[in-house]
Amino acid sequence: MSTLNIVRRSLLASCAFLLVASLHAQERFITVASTTSTEQSGLFAHLLPAFEKAAGIKVRVVALGTGQALDMARRGDADVVFVHDKAAEEKFIAEGYGVKRQEVMYNDFVVIGPKADPAKATGKDILDGLRRIEAAKAPFVSRGDKSGTHAAELRYWKAAGIDLAAKKGDWYRDTGSGMGPALNTAASMNAYILADRGTWLNFKNRGELGIVVEGDKQLFNQYGVILVNPVRHAHVKQADGQKFIDWLVTTDGQKAIADYKIGGEQLFFPNATK
Amino acid sequence: MAEITNSLLLATDMVTAGDSRLAAIVALSLAVSFSATLISCLLGMPLGALLAVGRFPGRRVLVVIFNGLMGLPPVVVGLLVYLLLSRAGPLGQFGLLFTPTAMVIAQTVLITPIVAALTRQVIEDEWREYREQLRSLGASRTRAARTLLWNARFSLFTAALAGFGRAIAEVGAVMIVGGNIDGVTRVMTTTIALETSKGDLPLALALGVILITVVLAINAAAYALRQWAENRWG
Repeated sequence: MSTLNIVRRSLLASCAFLLVASLHAQERFITVASTTSTEQSGLFAHLLPAFEKAAGIKVRVVALGTGQALDMARRGDADVVFVHDKAAEEKFIAEGYGVKRQEVMYNDFVVIGPKADPAKATGKDILDGLRRIEAAKAPFVSRGDKSGTHAAELRYWKAAGIDLAAKKGDWYRDTGSGMGPALNTAASMNAYILADRGTWLNFKNRGELGIVVEGDKQLFNQYGVILVNPVRHAHVKQADGQKFIDWLVTTDGQKAIADYKIGGEQLFFPNATK
Repeated sequence: MAEITNSLLLATDMVTAGDSRLAAIVALSLAVSFSATLISCLLGMPLGALLAVGRFPGRRVLVVIFNGLMGLPPVVVGLLVYLLLSRAGPLGQFGLLFTPTAMVIAQTVLITPIVAALTRQVIEDEWREYREQLRSLGASRTRAARTLLWNARFSLFTAALAGFGRAIAEVGAVMIVGGNIDGVTRVMTTTIALETSKGDLPLALALGVILITVVLAINAAAYALRQWAENRWG
């Protein structure tokens, strides 16, 4: 076999691969832009096989922050968005990119922090907890990535009457990263951080961290699902996307969400109104 | 230190258990990076040879540009290819975003300058040595480039391996254009990034050990192949 022959053969192999890859792309699927919290908490790995079996439609999930996921859908690169930032979702619909927002489920945010709790932030009141962290200038890690969790964090600071722009100092670390990476940073710095409970429960590298604030009604975190507007992007798989949304809000989908548990603890609470 | 030992054990366990999902991820990584390497050799090697033997205005500028592009940040390449392939982009109609093909395109863009620049270096040395000979035979520059490429085929192996190494190790570009979709575009590096995000550091490191082992094995095979070919045809 000459070198030229080797080149020919590998070219053939590579063409064959691209062909297989494109055939693979022919399967029936929808693309869902979602958040790192749903992916990294393991919810999708639990949820999607049930839908795929029932409907025969594969769901390809691209997990990003809520802001990025909505942007991806604005460009027409997703059929459905499944995110958690009501204000941003309503803006998305008002701009004409989405058809309709439907509520699917909620989970809650928790403040994670060092078990020794140097800021004495432990309690049930999120705003009080944040005020104590700021007063103690205890290290706090922020997502800083325009995600739903980041948006929620900024809302809480504002509600606590703390003007971050003025109070931001060395103690406030803006990391611009996803939930997991931000938790890794917090674990290595022994810092406080706002996290969604799902990702925290599924997170392994906890170091000295534990839950500091939980149970406040304001920590409620609502997830919504939206079909990308086919008027805006003609190639959106309207029928299949709608099937996925319909399944999520019916009894089957809602039950599958409720069934997802880590260590006996339920992560997401279905609350679709239909 | 205990973590590193654990990861090594975990890596051995995963390999011996023959996890089919892990095998699929490794296979996809190899298929994508092999394809990208092949295409970039087909583009970059002739280009590098022409840069070495050609005499045209702007040649030096091109040489510097290709040398510089060897340092292209993968994230930037990913972003560029994303914007091109996105539905709102100029190539959006083909629906290539979030497919292995998109990942091949991104890696090809990333490593073609590496292959071209290294080829130029190799061929330039050859050119210096054989210029008079080729000229006396009346070979045109294109003809000379072809002859020199053939002559240097064994040395060019290293250029291809350098490109492959860069392709299989990068995460920034494939993450953006592939989307790290489970079972479709999830490769070794994006899996490692995901497991790191989940805080499962031992698993992430174990996957890293497997990736490095695979890359080493491929380099060993390439080296052996080169030796064998050189003995036979060299």
